[in-house]
Amino acid sequence: MSTTSRLPWINESSSLMTKYNFMRRINWGRFSVVGVPMLWLGIFFFVPFLVVFKISLAETAIAVPPYTSLFEMDWEEAYINIKLNLGNYLYLFEDAFYLDAYLSSIKIAAVSTFFTLLVAFPIAYMIARADGPKRGLLLALVILPFWTSFLLRVYAWMGFLKKNGIVNEFLLSMGIIDQPLTLLQTDFAVYIGIVYTYLPFMVLPLYSALEKLDMTLLEAAEDLGCRPFQSFFLITLPLAIPGVVAGCLLVFIPAVGEFVIPALLGGSDTLMIGRVLWDEFFLNRDWPMASAVAIVMLVVLVLPIMLIRNGQGKEEAI
Amino acid sequence: MKRRSLFLNITAGFGFLFLYAPIIALIIYSFNKSKLVTVWGGWSLKWYSELFNNEQIINAALLSLKIAFISATLAVVLGTMAGFVLSRFGPFRGKMILSGWITAPLVMPEVITGLSLLLLFVAMEGMFGWPAGRGTGTIIIAHTTFCMAYVAVIVQARLSSMDETLEEAAMDLGAKPSSLFFLVTLPLIAPAIISGWLLSFTLSLDDLVIASFVSGPGNSTLPMVIFSKVRLGVTPEVNALATIMIAIVAIGVIAAMYQMRRQARMLAKPQ
Repeated sequence: MSTTSRLPWINESSSLMTKYNFMRRINWGRFSVVGVPMLWLGIFFFVPFLVVFKISLAETAIAVPPYTSLFEMDWEEAYINIKLNLGNYLYLFEDAFYLDAYLSSIKIAAVSTFFTLLVAFPIAYMIARADGPKRGLLLALVILPFWTSFLLRVYAWMGFLKKNGIVNEFLLSMGIIDQPLTLLQTDFAVYIGIVYTYLPFMVLPLYSALEKLDMTLLEAAEDLGCRPFQSFFLITLPLAIPGVVAGCLLVFIPAVGEFVIPALLGGSDTLMIGRVLWDEFFLNRDWPMASAVAIVMLVVLVLPIMLIRNGQGKEEAI
Repeated sequence: MKRRSLFLNITAGFGFLFLYAPIIALIIYSFNKSKLVTVWGGWSLKWYSELFNNEQIINAALLSLKIAFISATLAVVLGTMAGFVLSRFGPFRGKMILSGWITAPLVMPEVITGLSLLLLFVAMEGMFGWPAGRGTGTIIIAHTTFCMAYVAVIVQARLSSMDETLEEAAMDLGAKPSSLFFLVTLPLIAPAIISGWLLSFTLSLDDLVIASFVSGPGNSTLPMVIFSKVRLGVTPEVNALATIMIAIVAIGVIAAMYQMRRQARMLAKPQ
């Protein structure tokens, strides 16, 4: 935004220059317009993390709520007793289960992101090359599933992949297999679920990158004797990189913490950290342990991504 | 070139097949008379009538619609304020913090958001006695918080792609800041606000994870009921429910497209 703007809410210099007395009221208005969303996010987004951090240092207790308090205050004796329990974090690093869960979440998310890219690229490319009304229709076809329930789209695959499901019946009737395959409750099903539900997030940024692609470049390459697959790898792909990066981040980040897909499509051995946290909380009722898992997840997975995004934002600003 | 187009069309065609085959199968099997999913027992509306007689699902659906409506509306108000502040207020103290708080909910795994809000509500109840217990109110707060981030991003994008000349003209003609906002800026960003509201409504209606954390006993939303039913296997009633929801969304998207095309045509006519 330009700093020379003359809009009343933009900068202090304008309020210094004008002597209208409603400026005083604007500043009040300005204060509350900034303050209300900040207060809301402060209370319901930022403070909760402090609470999670606090509870991750507590111990489980059979009580309501099921954790011990960190501070014991006794005003008559005039002492405050602070008890920090690092046991949850130590346990997290000692027990290979949690490390495995973090690593396997990253692996599952990375593999699915790669396959999402493979499926999304031709779709995005075709839409970018389509003309006028056809392009709008194809775009709508990609976006439509995104507006329908995520849970129900995952559920649709349960009917598809189960033992007497549609895929197995089809393969059996074609004579390709004689025994129904176990497809549901495997890592394979989780990959499919992630690719399927996050496909629009990959197609849209790819499309906006490919749409800007100058077709004359490809024609020039062809005239100069470039084979189609060469010009794809030498021209199309490098020019689509911003879209590829944006799409991969949009798929990878939510996929790492995914709960619904591994819970419905994965087997009991499909380890994903979102599911571990859920079980720790709802099945074991171990609130401090769940909090410790969340804090580590935040530090290891979310913070680096936030920093990368922040850095990107700055580059764009320059 | 031709051979490449063929290859492209085939791979993209497979992509669309992949996108739509499960949905189409779901719709077809919602009309299946037989309870067994793979056995075709003829066309029937049996599962639809069972769905409408299932009080648990109907109540959960009504609760979810109510929560989605209230949270989307609150999220639009708060999110528009945040997006407006970020793109039109120039630099101010705390801007970095606000923009961080706006983008963070978008990348935050749902399990963390849900857990942290629940722990906050429990701690607040212990300290101030509010919110007393958990239920509809706490779900609305949670949904408003993550939906307002989406609204803010959409509104911010719209505002920064729009030039300020109209607003400046209104200022020159003596509009007060409040009437400037409500009479000029707001109508200009109305499309962004509407799509923000629709997106928030859909996200809230669809959310399972966060609602499961912050809801209390007896306050099951529709996704929670579906999840508990579906966990045990495929149920034909859920197929019927899914078909109804897909139909509503499809009609909505087609209507929106039709409307946009008509507007585009009207704009194109005078030339």
